Amino acid sequence: MDLRYSDRKLIIGGVIVITGIIFLIRLFFLQVLDDSYKLSAENNVLRHMTEYPARGLVYDRNGKLLVYNEAYYDLMVIPKQVEDLDTLDFCNTLGITVEDFNQRMQKIKDYSRHKPSIFEKQLSSEFYAMLQEKLHHYKGFFTQTRTLRKYPSRVAAHLLGYVGEVDDRMTKNNVYYKSGDYIGVSGIEKHYEEYLRGQKGDKVMMVDVYNRPKGSFKDGEYDKLPVSGLDLISTIDGDLQAYAEKLMQNKIGSVVAIEPSTGEILVLATSPTYDPNLLVGRVRSENYSLMSKDEFKPLFNRALMAQYPPGSTFKLVNNLIGQQEKVVFPQTTYSCRMGYSAGPIHVGCHQHPSPLNLMQSVQHSCNAYYCNVYRNILDSKKTVREGYDVWRKHVLSFGFGKKFNTDLPSELKGLIPTGDYYDKIYGKSRWKSLTVVSLSIGQGELGTTPLQLANLVATLANRGFYYPPHLVKQIGSKKIENEFTTRNYTTIDSQYFQIVIDGMEQVVEAGTAARSKLKGIPYCGKTGTAQNPHGEDHSVFVCFAPKDNPKIALAVFVENSGKGGTYAAPIASLLIEKYLTDSLRRPLVEEFILNANLMPKPVEKPVKKEPVTD
Amino acid sequence: MRQQKSIFDNIDWVMVSIFLVMIFLGWISIYAAVYNEEHKSILDTSENYGKQLIWIASSIFIAAVILLIDGKFYTISAYPVYGLVMLLLILVLVFGREVAGSKSWFEIGSNFRIQPAEFGKFATALVVAKYLSTMNIKFEDNRTKLITAAFIATPALLILLQNDTGSALVYGAFLFVLYREGLSGNFLMAGVAVVTVFIVTLLFDPKTMMWIVGVIAFLIFIAGKRNWKNAMLIGGTAVVFSGISYSVGYVVDNVLEIHQKTRINVMLGKEDDPKGVGYNVNQSKIAIGSGGFSGKGFLNGTQTKYKFVPEQSTDFIFCTVGEEWGFMGSFVVIVLFLFLLVRIIYVAERQKSTFTRIYGYGVASILFFHFAVNIAMTIGLAPVIGIPLPFFSYGGSSLWAFTILLFVFIKLDAYRMQLLR
Repeated sequence: MDLRYSDRKLIIGGVIVITGIIFLIRLFFLQVLDDSYKLSAENNVLRHMTEYPARGLVYDRNGKLLVYNEAYYDLMVIPKQVEDLDTLDFCNTLGITVEDFNQRMQKIKDYSRHKPSIFEKQLSSEFYAMLQEKLHHYKGFFTQTRTLRKYPSRVAAHLLGYVGEVDDRMTKNNVYYKSGDYIGVSGIEKHYEEYLRGQKGDKVMMVDVYNRPKGSFKDGEYDKLPVSGLDLISTIDGDLQAYAEKLMQNKIGSVVAIEPSTGEILVLATSPTYDPNLLVGRVRSENYSLMSKDEFKPLFNRALMAQYPPGSTFKLVNNLIGQQEKVVFPQTTYSCRMGYSAGPIHVGCHQHPSPLNLMQSVQHSCNAYYCNVYRNILDSKKTVREGYDVWRKHVLSFGFGKKFNTDLPSELKGLIPTGDYYDKIYGKSRWKSLTVVSLSIGQGELGTTPLQLANLVATLANRGFYYPPHLVKQIGSKKIENEFTTRNYTTIDSQYFQIVIDGMEQVVEAGTAARSKLKGIPYCGKTGTAQNPHGEDHSVFVCFAPKDNPKIALAVFVENSGKGGTYAAPIASLLIEKYLTDSLRRPLVEEFILNANLMPKPVEKPVKKEPVTD
Repeated sequence: MRQQKSIFDNIDWVMVSIFLVMIFLGWISIYAAVYNEEHKSILDTSENYGKQLIWIASSIFIAAVILLIDGKFYTISAYPVYGLVMLLLILVLVFGREVAGSKSWFEIGSNFRIQPAEFGKFATALVVAKYLSTMNIKFEDNRTKLITAAFIATPALLILLQNDTGSALVYGAFLFVLYREGLSGNFLMAGVAVVTVFIVTLLFDPKTMMWIVGVIAFLIFIAGKRNWKNAMLIGGTAVVFSGISYSVGYVVDNVLEIHQKTRINVMLGKEDDPKGVGYNVNQSKIAIGSGGFSGKGFLNGTQTKYKFVPEQSTDFIFCTVGEEWGFMGSFVVIVLFLFLLVRIIYVAERQKSTFTRIYGYGVASILFFHFAVNIAMTIGLAPVIGIPLPFFSYGGSSLWAFTILLFVFIKLDAYRMQLLR
């Protein structure tokens, strides 16, 4: 027995035990003290899959569907998981070049290597079916179902607005949105985004190293189900809107119809318009740029954004202010000899009986009468400026010169000049009532939108108050309340309205709109001519119907069509007929309007791309 | 009948029990690693756990046979066995089948593969024990050292030729055996020092390394006897180490293969490459680390089950233990190994026969090397060297080989009593 080295068993045993202890210490750090590995493990196996909720639908006031969703598929990629990709084959399948592929991947990688990004948007179902066969070759790629908006009746493009991808600013400022998400960009899609979008769901799936789903994590305990967006019921009457758009074909202008008793907008039509399906999906940007280059500006919502001088329709306002300020009374008469002359100023008028009283001044739209009334208003106070400020305050109470700030997409506030404005131009106290006398007949520095004029007639129909015009009456199962359903009173006492209303009835019965009289439906209107320095004047007609218990208030603008009685009034009368009786008994009038082409130049058919239908 | 009884009486049941516990835990881990809800039958031989059951059964059979054979047989057959295995190692180079870059497998039929390298360790342990225990052989003789070295180096070189670096490195474990038998401790120290210098140089650069070596040498000189002899010795060593550190760059750039280079760099944290070579280690650490103190529970390991850890049932089996049984499980496995190794050394030391003692140290050294390198690599303390964890990893050849290795020792230990009688 050789015992010389037997002590070395201790050294060898020691090495073994020390190694074991080092391992145990290391494992203790790794497993017990360090939490970072647990987190990594979770990210390793769990894939959070966003489940997109169905966006809320939009119905019209009669329950007719205006907007719904259609399914399509996005090809997604998680760059980190792309492995052994046969790039050429992949590119051939998708029909893209390798360069294109590399560019896209670079961009996606710059965004994130770990998060899913959209590689190709909105694949059709046929393509999706084909791709599904090959997808298992493309590690890291998967598809995701999304929806696109669809507009079955192809109307009301501007007010409905459209849905587009969120931009970088939005993803930075709002944690809800991720790159590639959709968001309402305009119209009620934008205004009601928070209701329509619903709530994204989160499905936690366990995946293996090949990113293959292996079932839901802990039986879905941590899943968040998507919550569908709320459906909206719009105030719009889809059929009437469609009819208005049809009547406005080959004309530039707009139609706004409001239900006076609620402020609900029945029609918000602008022309030329476009099929809302054109601004959906892959064809959107192309169509958008085409339309934005169009000289007639189909993207421009004239109903809310065009600011015209109101023309003679503004006499209704001055009439009421005159009565309220007690400078004119029903029996007040003025004579008119083809206009109003004072010093260097002459305001022309047309042939009509003279002298005439307050009611007749409305019926015959006498310019001279309103020059007198207006000057009396301004001169009834100590200074013209004071008189002007009083007048302006009354005007603003009708909703002019400001926004309604309800749910309308990008409305403009129009222009009712301030006293300061004239002080600036003419100098303080250097201007007189005569200086601004053109305001009496709705010309001069005034800007009003068709919506504001429609609201004016709604106010007249209500004899002194209006509900802010709005587009949506119900969100989900909840009726819209509060600010939309509070009355806004004008500064005019209701007793002064009767004579204006009577005058407006006479306009239709035996005045400037007599040709648009409707048998059995007495209604009240007022024609106007908005001066247009660039060409033929714009034709305006405002009205509400029927005279008693009014159901609809309308403003119709037809650009470059001369006097209001010629085109605007017939269009309004057709819409009244349709809305109140649901029938049209004057085919000749309808034909006349439908055939009228009032475009400045012969219209070439705008290039329209077929919208994505699959 | 009486003799039969005495054979089983003298068996060291501690080692046998640890062996049984380990193969049981190993099989459970393989089952968990491969477990798939669609394949629930434990006998499914298309899955690794099903196959491993067959390997386990056959190993137990082999163990029983080993115990029944007369202990004398092993001392006598040392040279023939060694010769046979060496022959197989040469033949495998010609007829072998290449798997994952290593030409180290014999294929018998379509489903059965055997790796002779696994048995080389056993044969070498046997032959070294036999040679060093021969009468008149003194380990102090240089001739003896050279011949012993040749016995160890031959299989190592043959295995290197098969391109299986990991298995070849195992033969380094015999340094422990030789150390026990009288090899100067300086060899062990030198080995450790060279490896340390190599790694530290990779972390820094040769120049910094030279400063470090210089300062350490100076400190040792100051602390020790300040005479010429010492100065020469320390200075010389320092120069040699500096030389090594300068050669590191050359070795890394010209001698090592790219994958070996990357493995080393990853281990040193110089290259972060979670999907490449470092991926294994990273995933392995995640799996073990996510186990926490008490683990995720049997079959609940997500990392290993969903194949995030590559080679999870073979080289990375410890991940499954770490993930599903947590620190408690890791603790039990490591303590089991320590217990077994210490027990083997204890049993080896109680031998009167030099042969059995040396063989016992061979067994302990080989198991220790496998244990240390395998666990160190799964927890990121060593580069990835693909060697199995004894009794745990999936694999028939290695299980058979480790069983034979251990049970021959158990038999020899039992035989010690017979010698006494």
